[in-house]
Amino acid sequence: MTSTASYLTAGRGLRSWLFTRDHKRIGILFLIGTSGALFVGGVFALLLRLELLTPGETIMGALDYNRLFTQHGIVMVFLFMVPAIPGVFGNFFLPIMLGAEDVAFPRLNLASFYAYAIGSAIVLAALFAGGVDTGWTFYTPYSTSSLTAVATAAFGVFVIGLSSIFTGINFVVTTHTLRARGMGWMDIPLFVWSIYATAIIQVLATPVLGLSLLLVAVDHAWGLGIFDPAQGGDPILFQHLFWFYSHPAVYIMVLPAMGVVSEVVCTFAHNRPFSYTAIALSSLGIAFIGFLSWGHHLFVSGMSVLDAGVFGILSMFVAIFSAIKVFTWTATLRGGRITFTTPMFYFFGFMFLFVFGGMTGVAVATSSLDVHWHDTYFVVAHFHFIMVGGTLTAFLAALHYWFPKMFGRVYSEKWGIIGATMVILGFAFTFTPQFLLGNAGMPRRYFSYPAEFQWLNVLSTAGASILGLGMAITLGYLVYALFRGAPAEDNPWRSRGFEWRTPTPPPLHNFAGQPEMVPGAYDYHVADHHDHDDPAS
Amino acid sequence: MTTMTPPPDPGEAAPRRLEPQFADLARQEHAVRLGMWVFLGSEVLLFAGLFALYAAYRTEYSADFTAALHHQNLLIGTANTFVLIISSFTVAWAIHRLRHGDRRACLVFLAITMVLGALFLAFKAIEYGDHFAHGVVPGRGYASAELPARGARVFFNLYFLMTGLHALHMIGGLAVMGWLVTRVARRRATPAYHAELEMGGLYWHLVDSVWIFLWPLFYLTG
Repeated sequence: MTSTASYLTAGRGLRSWLFTRDHKRIGILFLIGTSGALFVGGVFALLLRLELLTPGETIMGALDYNRLFTQHGIVMVFLFMVPAIPGVFGNFFLPIMLGAEDVAFPRLNLASFYAYAIGSAIVLAALFAGGVDTGWTFYTPYSTSSLTAVATAAFGVFVIGLSSIFTGINFVVTTHTLRARGMGWMDIPLFVWSIYATAIIQVLATPVLGLSLLLVAVDHAWGLGIFDPAQGGDPILFQHLFWFYSHPAVYIMVLPAMGVVSEVVCTFAHNRPFSYTAIALSSLGIAFIGFLSWGHHLFVSGMSVLDAGVFGILSMFVAIFSAIKVFTWTATLRGGRITFTTPMFYFFGFMFLFVFGGMTGVAVATSSLDVHWHDTYFVVAHFHFIMVGGTLTAFLAALHYWFPKMFGRVYSEKWGIIGATMVILGFAFTFTPQFLLGNAGMPRRYFSYPAEFQWLNVLSTAGASILGLGMAITLGYLVYALFRGAPAEDNPWRSRGFEWRTPTPPPLHNFAGQPEMVPGAYDYHVADHHDHDDPAS
Repeated sequence: MTTMTPPPDPGEAAPRRLEPQFADLARQEHAVRLGMWVFLGSEVLLFAGLFALYAAYRTEYSADFTAALHHQNLLIGTANTFVLIISSFTVAWAIHRLRHGDRRACLVFLAITMVLGALFLAFKAIEYGDHFAHGVVPGRGYASAELPARGARVFFNLYFLMTGLHALHMIGGLAVMGWLVTRVARRRATPAYHAELEMGGLYWHLVDSVWIFLWPLFYLTG
């Protein structure tokens, strides 16, 4: 076997993929799995929007609607957003960015994929075996008494949690032990910093979710009543345990997105980050403070005024760390040489949507305001701005940014920009009306609504259609590029990132020889011998 | 068993265990150790959720918890504590002996560890059986005549959940010990390099330390 054969051709046949220990192939397996989940969750979302097109029953009744929004939430959160960027791009690029041959524990990495696949299969089986109607939050005591397949779904999510923990362990250890010779902590690419911070949350928060869901599953099966007030339990304790994970989980979803954005903005502004340290350390700041802000989900569940105030203020600290990043990214553009490409379009989309999502986050962290907005479409719009507007746009930015490196093919930039425009505008049209709906008092999780809310719901459904079409177009030209795209160069974006210094697509052991780590990943101000590649210099 | 084949030189066996992504064995061992500690951290948080529930419910049902504690079998609980502490020593001693090249003693002490682990589970089974005979079962079927209070039921639900999860970890630990026995017997784990043995030991110690906290919560603090 030659050391320069591409990882795609280094082994042939299905077995060489299904039993691979190559982090790059595992990344591709995660890409297939998470994209499938995104597709399924997206179809659910479109069906939900179709139901909400008119007041009263449009295409489904209340119970089907309850099942559908639950399944949309479970699939999107646990099967797509949590594993997507770490599983796909973290697996593929973290070792390369560190100059390593693989992650520290390749077998554990493969196990992580299979835990994800098996867990997802269990979750999907639950959907067909009667579905789940509790909402993705599995709130007790309803979840322990609902006649739907709660125990199966909760167990499936528990298994996916194992996958998340395995991935987290691998990334923490890889970052600590497999950095290339001479690469200090402040030399590692910003994407690695964000994945590292994410991995810490994955390792420390996921077991608490696993436990809470295990309790729900056991309770549902044997009637322990551990959270059932009729049997002496306290449902609010479940909410505490659940959100102790699920709030940090928001940062599992958004920190990797921030890492992608940091890479994309530096590459396409051809500029050093305005402050490397600020971006790197604010990731750790978010990871830390993320553990201390879960209580803001319980403002109306029964919480003292003091606790609500403390959790509210702690939650607002997240906005400070996020704002540090947003300002630093913006300042990185200054003095840069900006190229408008599809990833850069998604960068601007991300910035706009993330700032809106973040600012409304500060608003709902204020307990007096939250009482008004709690459980309304305002909250739905808020977290979709962060999760879809943040994570999905960054996922798409990453997919386009790294597509040439991963597959050795070039996608159509023209179609890319058409797709990106439709996704971003479609998204804004879907969820901006929901802020207004929520503020006007429309509660979430109902299949019907008063007639005066209809025009905003029609707008929202129209936006969702544009978003869905944009996603379909994106899928279409990417699949086309995968098979028919022109061959990509080693460094089509003229990036200084380490991952662009290896052949395209990367060889089995990532680098043809000793990885070259000088100049640094963002040293656009330093001339080097790669500059002859750069037509503009 | 491969005892018939001549043993490979331990000094030679070690380099063959180097995975390609690591520069040297020392770095690989460091990575394995770090990974294990991160995993143990994760395990601690898994149990932490249950300990938090215990704290909350004990505050709410203080008198019921105390009453239920007086019905616990202190003898079995305490015996099990000693069994586990001794087993922690034997697993540590097994590693120590292997480090000194005494493979045979290592195997003997691993076997003793497994026997002690099984003994713990046997005691636990006797204890559970005793509970079941008195109508103390998890979930809907709870029908204790002596302890009908709602708080007592919550106590025993937590008791079954926490000791049950711990017992599952013990079973996992026994599987790990069985695997380690084959590793040592087949000379895959050598005096020069036996990271898996140390990691298995760490896991065993963690499961023991969880019990050290369960013991007072479910037996002593009546």
